[in-house]
Amino acid sequence: MRSRLHVPRPPARPGEAPDFSYVAISPAGSVARPDPNAPLTETESLSKDMVRVLDDNHRAVGPWDPHLAPADLELGLRHMLMTRIYDDRMHRAQRQGKITFYIKSTGEEAVSVAQCMAMRPGDMLFPSYRNQGLQIARGRNLVDLMCQVLSNTRDMCKGRQLPVMYHSVEGTLFSISGNLATQFPQAVGWAMASAIKGEDHIAASWLGDGSTAEADFHYALLFAQIYKAPVILNVVNNQWAISTFQTFAGGEGRSFAARGPGYGIPGIRVDGNDFLAVYAVTQWAAERARMGAGPTLIEHVTYRAAPHSTSDDPSRYRPKDDYEHWPLGDPIDRLKAHLRALGEWSDEREAVLSKQCEDQVAAAWREAITYGTLTDGPQLDPESMFEDVFKEQTPSLARQRLQLAQERTQK
Amino acid sequence: MTQMNMIQALNSAMDVMMARDPGVVLMGEDVGYFGGVFRATDGLQRKYGEHRVLDSPIAEGGIVATAIGMSLNGLRPVAEIQFADYIYPAYDQIVSELARIRYRSGGDFCAPVTIRTPCGGGIRGGQTHSQSPEALFAHVSGLKVVMPSNPYDAKGLLIAAIEEDDPVIFLEPKRLYNGPFDGDPNKPAVAWSSHPRGDVPDGHYRVDLGVADIVRPGNQVTIITYGTMVHVCMAAAEKLGVDAEVIDLRSFVPLDVETLVTSVKKTGRCIVVHEATRFGGFGGELLATVQEECFWHLEAPILRVAGWDTPYPHAFEWEYFPGQARVIAAIQATMEAS
Repeated sequence: MRSRLHVPRPPARPGEAPDFSYVAISPAGSVARPDPNAPLTETESLSKDMVRVLDDNHRAVGPWDPHLAPADLELGLRHMLMTRIYDDRMHRAQRQGKITFYIKSTGEEAVSVAQCMAMRPGDMLFPSYRNQGLQIARGRNLVDLMCQVLSNTRDMCKGRQLPVMYHSVEGTLFSISGNLATQFPQAVGWAMASAIKGEDHIAASWLGDGSTAEADFHYALLFAQIYKAPVILNVVNNQWAISTFQTFAGGEGRSFAARGPGYGIPGIRVDGNDFLAVYAVTQWAAERARMGAGPTLIEHVTYRAAPHSTSDDPSRYRPKDDYEHWPLGDPIDRLKAHLRALGEWSDEREAVLSKQCEDQVAAAWREAITYGTLTDGPQLDPESMFEDVFKEQTPSLARQRLQLAQERTQK
Repeated sequence: MTQMNMIQALNSAMDVMMARDPGVVLMGEDVGYFGGVFRATDGLQRKYGEHRVLDSPIAEGGIVATAIGMSLNGLRPVAEIQFADYIYPAYDQIVSELARIRYRSGGDFCAPVTIRTPCGGGIRGGQTHSQSPEALFAHVSGLKVVMPSNPYDAKGLLIAAIEEDDPVIFLEPKRLYNGPFDGDPNKPAVAWSSHPRGDVPDGHYRVDLGVADIVRPGNQVTIITYGTMVHVCMAAAEKLGVDAEVIDLRSFVPLDVETLVTSVKKTGRCIVVHEATRFGGFGGELLATVQEECFWHLEAPILRVAGWDTPYPHAFEWEYFPGQARVIAAIQATMEAS
């Protein structure tokens, strides 16, 4: 007998056949819906099963069906489609050298859009860098988002952040960090303050499967449970963190949702590409938080269809056709099929919606670039970089600002 | 000798050390199957197996802590932190543990861990992919801290770092990975094949820690610098036509005081140049050391050239970066002072 180091492996590498047999999938409608105030023991199976609403015939079934009106479904579809078209346009802008960097959320749109729609406008969102659907579903102006991505004269971050690191005070969307998982315990603190002040706004935060390895994930669960903070903590399990497969974060034979019960928090594993299921579990968690019953951990099982970022090449570490075999399909296609099954969708309506989204994105881009791109048009004043280090500029920063001004006039 | 860029030189150093010492193991995010986001560990898992090149969870604190544990049990881990900007979750393990294990155990335990991490700007990385945190580590007693400026030094220094019985923070200026960079982003990129220090021996050799390198001898002014700024200072000195002596520090701890002092006693003038923010930067330590040793030889105040005291802004990378103009202004100022 001797010990042997175990090194997890993904089921398939480049050149091998995709294999998703490890993804346990419950039949739609098969998972019970406990009361949001139920004791932990009654919620524990939710962390192992998978909440799903849309069945193979694209019908909404079972106790988690949120019974959304067709107009709401269509709005969800519009936000998801807009997110995808926006992503594609920004990705192209990076390839054209108009922006430095981009991160797409393709295949994961249901998570951000359905969750945002299931929450209230004043609820505070602490996104990761792959949640642009939250910005769009919150009604952020596309031009504003694009100006951030362009680091131009209308950039809300004044040129200081990488593309996609948006924020919005009025939209109650916190400033996105490039460092992983930091937002998770911050959301808990925001929610604790809401409870301290006796308000009914709740907080939500998102991170990827890989980021659950960071200590901040564990701080978040610990503090959330101790103080029963009104917060929804979301793990977007898209299977990959750059080249790191989800088993390297603890997903081997266990769900990320199952981290919750260990801390005393209900964990819900949900089909992240099922718009209705994501909406329903978020509604459940929000209700639980607002009634003072405490936090919920939600694992969204989805797939990162795009590269990690424009700097990544996933063909080096996973099969090229992996996503085509992903068993939970595409969230946009699935919601469209559901609308069709309800008799609320047609080719004509689809063509109109697609064209509206395409036109809106194209028009926004035309406007955004008039405020400058990295290379052309109006430019931010470089001396503005010395602002906002502190509320008031220190004498030493003022001197450095002057030095830069001299440097620039001598050029 | 082989032409190598800095990535290939680092890869070669790890390859050489893994072949020589079965205790050398690599770990970090994306370093195994993928070979690292900058490709520094490319091919090493295939060659040495998954037990010696470990893909790790995305947990910098966990990476450093387990590397410490491995080192206590006879291994010699080389941990990669994907960007220096992501090292802070590991700061407690580095400062409170790694740096002090030898001291607090009265010399009975030691932790020969090397932490490699890309630093510096110039790749449009914004405030989370551009930092130069050398001063944060050099300030901690018990850590050796180095930064190469070319492929030859990168390989020799990394081999020396891995062979060290004390922990080493190994900072890699990522803007130099593929070629020397003189600070002008509008010029076409230059490859290391055009640079004499792109010639790298294939086998084992050391560049000892604590030895600075006079990369340009001169008599009128001493420029003390390191990392990417070595190339910027060389270009600035050429452009100005001044008889400057440029010293590539290579190592912060231990610090080669003798080379610095000998040079400044000769020239009587000195500027200190780094990319990191100025306030509390390593330049302050260099300046104090030179002043203590050379005060009666100085013809002019010692000046610092550095990044501004702001986070590294995405849109204003080149206004932040201490380019040739800022270096030239300082050289001129120190030459004009009497």
